[in-house]
Amino acid sequence: MTSTNKLLLEAKGITKYFGTITALENVNLKVHEGECLGVVGDNGAGKSTLMKVLSGLYKPSAGALFFEGKQHVLDSPKDSQNLGLEMVYQDLALAGNLPIGENIFLGREPTKNIGFLKFLDFKKIQEMTSAHLEKLKINVKSADQKVEELSGGQRQAVAIARSTAFNAKVVIMDEPTAALAIKEVGKVLDLINKLKSTGVGVIVISHRMDDIFTVCDRVMALFQGTNFAESQLDKTSRDEVIGWIMGKK
Amino acid sequence: MKSLVGLWEKNKMDDKEKKQDSLYVKLIPYFEKYGILLLLVIMILVMHILQPDVFLSWRNVTNVFKQISWQSMLALGVFMVIVTAGIDLSVGSIMMLSLMILAIVAKAGAPWFIVVLVPLFAGFLCGLINGLGITLLRMPHPFIMTLGTLYIFRGTGNLISGGTPISGFTDEVRYLGHGRIDLTWLGLEKSQYLPVSLVLIAVVYFVFWVFLNHSRTGKWIYAIGGNPSAARASGINVNKILIIVYSLCGFLSGIGALILAGRTDSGYPNAGLQSELDAIAACIIGGASFFGGRGTVLGVFAGVMIMGILRNGLNLMDVSSFWQQVLIGSIIVLAVYVDVLRRDFGTRK
Repeated sequence: MTSTNKLLLEAKGITKYFGTITALENVNLKVHEGECLGVVGDNGAGKSTLMKVLSGLYKPSAGALFFEGKQHVLDSPKDSQNLGLEMVYQDLALAGNLPIGENIFLGREPTKNIGFLKFLDFKKIQEMTSAHLEKLKINVKSADQKVEELSGGQRQAVAIARSTAFNAKVVIMDEPTAALAIKEVGKVLDLINKLKSTGVGVIVISHRMDDIFTVCDRVMALFQGTNFAESQLDKTSRDEVIGWIMGKK
Repeated sequence: MKSLVGLWEKNKMDDKEKKQDSLYVKLIPYFEKYGILLLLVIMILVMHILQPDVFLSWRNVTNVFKQISWQSMLALGVFMVIVTAGIDLSVGSIMMLSLMILAIVAKAGAPWFIVVLVPLFAGFLCGLINGLGITLLRMPHPFIMTLGTLYIFRGTGNLISGGTPISGFTDEVRYLGHGRIDLTWLGLEKSQYLPVSLVLIAVVYFVFWVFLNHSRTGKWIYAIGGNPSAARASGINVNKILIIVYSLCGFLSGIGALILAGRTDSGYPNAGLQSELDAIAACIIGGASFFGGRGTVLGVFAGVMIMGILRNGLNLMDVSSFWQQVLIGSIIVLAVYVDVLRRDFGTRK
């Protein structure tokens, strides 16, 4: 099914050096519309580095990124956001001291002009937040609640809501369930399925086979900074994927 | 049976909701926001009871505002820096250097509007140096950069002035720090005037309140203090915002220099000595968190007022300045301890 859908994001031959260390070597990756790609690999396999390259936080030493068929050079996370490529970071890139709404729109706050001055439009932030949380069926007491008052699962939901607030086409999630209580994992995975059904391409980096086999359509393994193996999910098994992580085929 | 269990679960959840919304919990955000004002009011009442004839007299109240006028500018600047989880130790030296430059330019016979603008520009430039040093030189902590400039700026101030006071400014230059707004048209006596510095405090604090709470840049300043990596990941240019914050802090110190020039009619080498510590203390008493992202402009104002009233009240009662030091120190520790307790209640761990 995925091969017939539109190709959204493609990375070709991505290589990244940090000084003398080779973090990534000639890595390729593809994501289609409404598809979830699972990226697995051991610690240090290069998963996070690859995601940071895709989000524009790191510049690749070599290789090219294509978005909807066109090549792009990303200089900052802002560039990737403008393309419709969003990242949900493992450490939940949220400011705990700010309310939910202001976190969702952080860096892209709607403003209104009074004279020649621009002021934050708090009413609009609140309305847009409520509507967006409603759309994703995320329950919180109010959009004005501070993020530090939320549970881990709620925070992850806010982080995902944040990534999709501006019509994202591809959402990259780094260990979306790592810090969550077991009963919250299911809710986050449901949310990922909901995103897929709206046509968003999702990349999930995870250690947890349960996550991969619940939401992904395809899985690829990185090993020591290179493409190691890749398969449609229905053509592989947990044991095989675990073997890939450890470098065995 | 199943529905019964469901009902029981629902009741349990309702109870939980009720508990969360009890009056006590509802009051926490208000206490968080206005608790410091409560402390201020209590202090004013206590001082009034102890000194009923003098403390709330027109003369004494305006005196307090005149005394805190330049400190309030430094505190506001340091507050913005503290919100970003930084620190600026150089504000006292920035003020002294700006004051010395003002004095030299005034003595050189420059027209008053130049003399008035010069300290603002000098302060801004000093702040810019701090900001550039912290971001471009990648200093491990703003403490180090501003500790360095604390010495550099004061040393420069002494070098250009020869370390001696320079006195005598025109009335226009002294207006902000020394000017009086006559209120006899309201039927008040000649002695019941409004100090210009009080109006200046109100205007500057209002402008910065709007800036911090209703502009994008202001929101980003709080976001950087809350989680700098979140701010960066959101596409916010963290370094640019930090440079703006330190520059504005320097600019406010420049305003402080202008006020001090008016008040003392002189540029002197010891101006603002250790005032950076007073500024930091006012922020902390006012509820700003050293970890960044927390605190309000109103809180800083209350912090400045509490320190001003404490000093003024203790002076009125003829208490030695040594006791003032002990008391201010105790209030800092107490204020932060109350904050620690509040956070234990307010935040999920």
